[in-house]
Amino acid sequence: MSILILAEHDGNHIKQSTRQAVSAAAAWQLPIHLLVAGSSSESLAKEASGIAGVAKVLHAEAAHFEHPLAEDVAALLVQLGADYKVILSAHTSFSKSVLPRVAALLDVAMVSDVVSITAPATYVRPIYAGNVLSTVESSDAIQVLTIRATSFAAATDGANAEVAKVNVPPSTGLSRWVKEDKTVSDRPELSSARVVVSGGRSLGERFNELLEPLAHRFGGALGATRAAVDAGFAPNDIQVGQTGTIVAPELYFAIGISGAMQHLAGMKDSKIIVAINHDPDAPIFQYADYGLVANLFEAVPELTAALSK
Amino acid sequence: MKVLVAVKHVVDYNIKPRVKQDGSDVDIAGVKMGINPFDEIAVEEAVRMKERGIVTEVVAVTIGKTNSQDTLRHALAMGADRVILVETEAELQPLGVAKLLKAVVEREQPRLIILGKQAIDDDLGQTGQMLAALINAGQGTFASVLEVKGDEIEVTREIDGGTDVVALKLPAVVTTDLRLNEPRFIKLPAMMMAKKKPIENIKAADLGIDIAPRLKQLKVADPEPRKPGIKVANVAELVEKLRLAEVL
Ligand SMILES: Cc1cc2nc3c(=O)[nH]c(=O)nc-3n(C[C@H](O)[C@H](O)[C@H](O)COP(=O)(O)OP(=O)(O)OC[C@H]3O[C@@H](n4cnc5c(N)ncnc54)[C@H](O)[C@@H]3O)c2cc1C
Repeated sequence: MSILILAEHDGNHIKQSTRQAVSAAAAWQLPIHLLVAGSSSESLAKEASGIAGVAKVLHAEAAHFEHPLAEDVAALLVQLGADYKVILSAHTSFSKSVLPRVAALLDVAMVSDVVSITAPATYVRPIYAGNVLSTVESSDAIQVLTIRATSFAAATDGANAEVAKVNVPPSTGLSRWVKEDKTVSDRPELSSARVVVSGGRSLGERFNELLEPLAHRFGGALGATRAAVDAGFAPNDIQVGQTGTIVAPELYFAIGISGAMQHLAGMKDSKIIVAINHDPDAPIFQYADYGLVANLFEAVPELTAALSK
Repeated sequence: MKVLVAVKHVVDYNIKPRVKQDGSDVDIAGVKMGINPFDEIAVEEAVRMKERGIVTEVVAVTIGKTNSQDTLRHALAMGADRVILVETEAELQPLGVAKLLKAVVEREQPRLIILGKQAIDDDLGQTGQMLAALINAGQGTFASVLEVKGDEIEVTREIDGGTDVVALKLPAVVTTDLRLNEPRFIKLPAMMMAKKKPIENIKAADLGIDIAPRLKQLKVADPEPRKPGIKVANVAELVEKLRLAEVL
């Protein structure tokens, strides 16, 4: 019996979160197989075969995987999955779409957003916006789960696993990729950045002007509250929280953020939290290692200047 | 075309739930409840499609205990034409819910099924995709824009790092993200009207579907609290602290 991990990539590289899934899978002490589905994806399969802990790479090369659709990837996983004890992936928008579909087709339950694996079929996961941790045991023969990437270290390079081509079922034809609009940025990915600088709606139109230089100083990523996104001050893909991206960087700046529980759900596992807010009673201060009661429009430029010295 | 919207009755999003003394579960006795916010967005979208003349009938369905009726009344007040309660006292998990929804889909034959992308109680985010799998339909998860074009629906999806657009063959399943729309405010007369409308009741047990839970909750616990932090007096002190913490 082995473990099958659905790898995620951007066409050029395997995502960091896949490496974190590989670390999580070590809990079973079973051989780990990594499924790479792509088009012109030789180099991706090669990269995958180098990840420490990977015993074998299943390489699914097909033209229709240039933009992998959930329906098609699920069909591939179902074809391969019956032989595995565990099918897992990181809790990203891609896997969140694919794995529930796979679980239903295999007629098994799925466990989402696992933060810890305490026994071979026992998992800890947050519920109610991270206000409660639930421990669940699965009775199914095939375990299907997504893991919260930030809860696991990333597997490094160091293997030289066999790469095996697999047969790819034809596209289901149920859906069709039309286009995508990805933010091009030279900043690191939000979910894996070492430093995240987040702002709330109070930044208004000056969101980027104030936060970008600070993020730049650290080579960090920008984050935002839902309120900031809803108001159109920040793009939707940088929303941090229960229903956005989960982050746990070494350093998190919460700037003009009240600390609603839906926001806390996405960042309270950060190592060091800095909060800047002019309201001394803002809930965020209960979670901040360092709290500064100040007007952000003065404090942020001052901080950026002080750090640039 | 007919739209089916699946809604769930959940603990209000403003409430911080408490763990029962014995750690067996979350204590929701007497707690304020209401429609799952993502499902409210799903109802809103269906009703708007009807208002624009794209949709002829909006049917809302929930699966749960008798008190889920409140959430169905909410859907009626928003403009749903008909509502169905698939009633069960049993513990529900997404796979079982998806199987029951499949039975409702087979009966109602909707062209489009809209669900929330996740319920804010269990935060699992699986039911829509599972339903799509079981009825062999295309799925558009995390939708922020919907556009029906002939035999297809184009779904703009909020994904890591941006958005993408997929076109699904109808019938299809869509799950909503927060920015799809802003649900209308329900006025009192609409709520009063909704109270008078019938709720169709189906006993889940009569459908003969296996919904036995596959996952067993062993315990629940509060997350480890963060150790208390400090307030710094000014920017200079903040920089000093960060320097000492070696994160600069
Ligand atoms: C179903 C659901 C899901 C949600 N998911 C998320 C999610 O994933 N992520 C998320 O973030 N939110 C989420 N929310 C929204 C959440 O409940 C809050 O509304 C939101 O996080 C608040 O954002 P904010 O802190 O920017 O705004 P506010 O709560 O309005 O806070 C603004 C803060 O700025 C401070 N401030 C104002 N001016 C200044 C100044 N000049 N200097 C310093 N400080 C200043 C104020 O004191 C205040 O504390 C969700 C809500 C729902 C219902």
